[in-house]
Amino acid sequence: MANVPDELRYSAEHEWVAGDLAEGAVVTVGITEHAADALGDIVYVELPSVGDAVQAGSVCGELESTKAVSELYSPVTGEVVEVNAALEGAPETIGADAYGEGWIFKARLTAEASDLLDSEAYAAITE
Amino acid sequence: MTSPLRTPLHDEHVALGATIVDFAGWEMPVRYTGDIAEHTAVRTAAGLFDLSHMGEIAVRGTDAEAFLDDALVGRMSAVALGGAKYTMMCAADGGVIDDLIVYRRDWDHYVIVANAANKDVVLDELFDRAEGFDTDVEDDSAEIALIAVQGPRAQGIVMEMTARGADDIEAMRYYTAAHVLLEGDVHAFVARTGYTGEDGFELFVGADEAAAVWRLALAIGEPHGLIPCGLSSRDSLRLEAGMPLYGNELTRETTPFDAGLGRVVAFGTEKNPRGDFVGRAALEAARDAWKASEEDGASHARRLVGLVGEGRRAARAGYAVLSPGGAEVGVVTSGAPSPTLGRPIAMAYVPRSLSEPGTRLGIDVRGRTEPMTVVALPFYTRTA
Repeated sequence: MANVPDELRYSAEHEWVAGDLAEGAVVTVGITEHAADALGDIVYVELPSVGDAVQAGSVCGELESTKAVSELYSPVTGEVVEVNAALEGAPETIGADAYGEGWIFKARLTAEASDLLDSEAYAAITE
Repeated sequence: MTSPLRTPLHDEHVALGATIVDFAGWEMPVRYTGDIAEHTAVRTAAGLFDLSHMGEIAVRGTDAEAFLDDALVGRMSAVALGGAKYTMMCAADGGVIDDLIVYRRDWDHYVIVANAANKDVVLDELFDRAEGFDTDVEDDSAEIALIAVQGPRAQGIVMEMTARGADDIEAMRYYTAAHVLLEGDVHAFVARTGYTGEDGFELFVGADEAAAVWRLALAIGEPHGLIPCGLSSRDSLRLEAGMPLYGNELTRETTPFDAGLGRVVAFGTEKNPRGDFVGRAALEAARDAWKASEEDGASHARRLVGLVGEGRRAARAGYAVLSPGGAEVGVVTSGAPSPTLGRPIAMAYVPRSLSEPGTRLGIDVRGRTEPMTVVALPFYTRTA
């Protein structure tokens, strides 16, 4: 079974969010271990750009494996303040450490992230 | 919805930690460790595959060869004892019902291996087409397990697995087969065939002996670098090798000529004429149209081509192929980032006029055009 850490919040599109969810806060975003496992070996990540305005539920990048491609949906509404550029050369990091070194971007929230799932609710939809 | 089917090796896959997915109604391992590691193992050492979901149909009887000469597009009467042949079953209109490998086990006994998703359709067609022939068609799929050992180290591994008949394994030519006795007193029908672009073997054993043979292959293969491989690597391996997949490159709406596989249709020669077979008239017309389009370059005729991308985003099945001017001119049938080439590859149907290697085309990859160049298939050819 894929790991679903308690301290994170989740979207139904299999992204995780770490940090304070209030407007103005900076959160870190990645994809869940469940999503990474389903994709297999990730060979290419298209990251959003710093300064991009992202909308909760909207596409902001993509993840490509040998087997499949998956769009990356932003789980939050805000402005991208940092991207994990290390993923450009080492996209496999997401599969190896989805909740740590495999983070994808950081965003400053322009609206409170209120519609996210807790770990229990997210685990329930992946069963 | 019927409950998914499981192969006799299901428990082995679960014990190995495989990710299991639904495939054509079967619970199959999509990967064990990782797609690229599995793909690379087959290219450089060896991989072990469970193909027990595929259909095995036995055809026996006095008229077995006459029946198959009528039912399939290849001439099965010309296959030697112990030989194998890649062939197709077509409908009367020339459309492909399935691509098949047929093994001749005796003068009056053939085994047809069909795709899992098509097995029932193939079986029903065979029953229909057998009318009037003294032959017996039997679905042995549930009793037979099919295990493949593929890769440059496959021969050594299969020889080591063999208690009696290792010399036959060593001497076996591609697309031939023999009966051997495996360690553990297991009778196996072993063929030098595969779907990976590498040397390799496919082992037909009884379903109740499948787990023992699987474990034997893992134990003997491990020091040679063999690892278990799932359907994901099987797909990327066959794509690099330019091999068609039914449902992607081959469908009821394509003829063998569309797919560049007209050679599998045997019309016979003046010296060695062949009688009628199902689909003959339609396939003759398809052949003539194909030949005519080769000569006049008719743009309405389509060709299956290979495409290599210059960027990193890969095309996937169903994506539109675009002309240099941006017009939609074709469709991708299979596509993936190639682990061996390190670039995106795809197969696609395009007009004859745009099928020459070197032609630059685009593919609409989720709203953005990725540049692609037509290349001759296959993308990968083994060197040894």
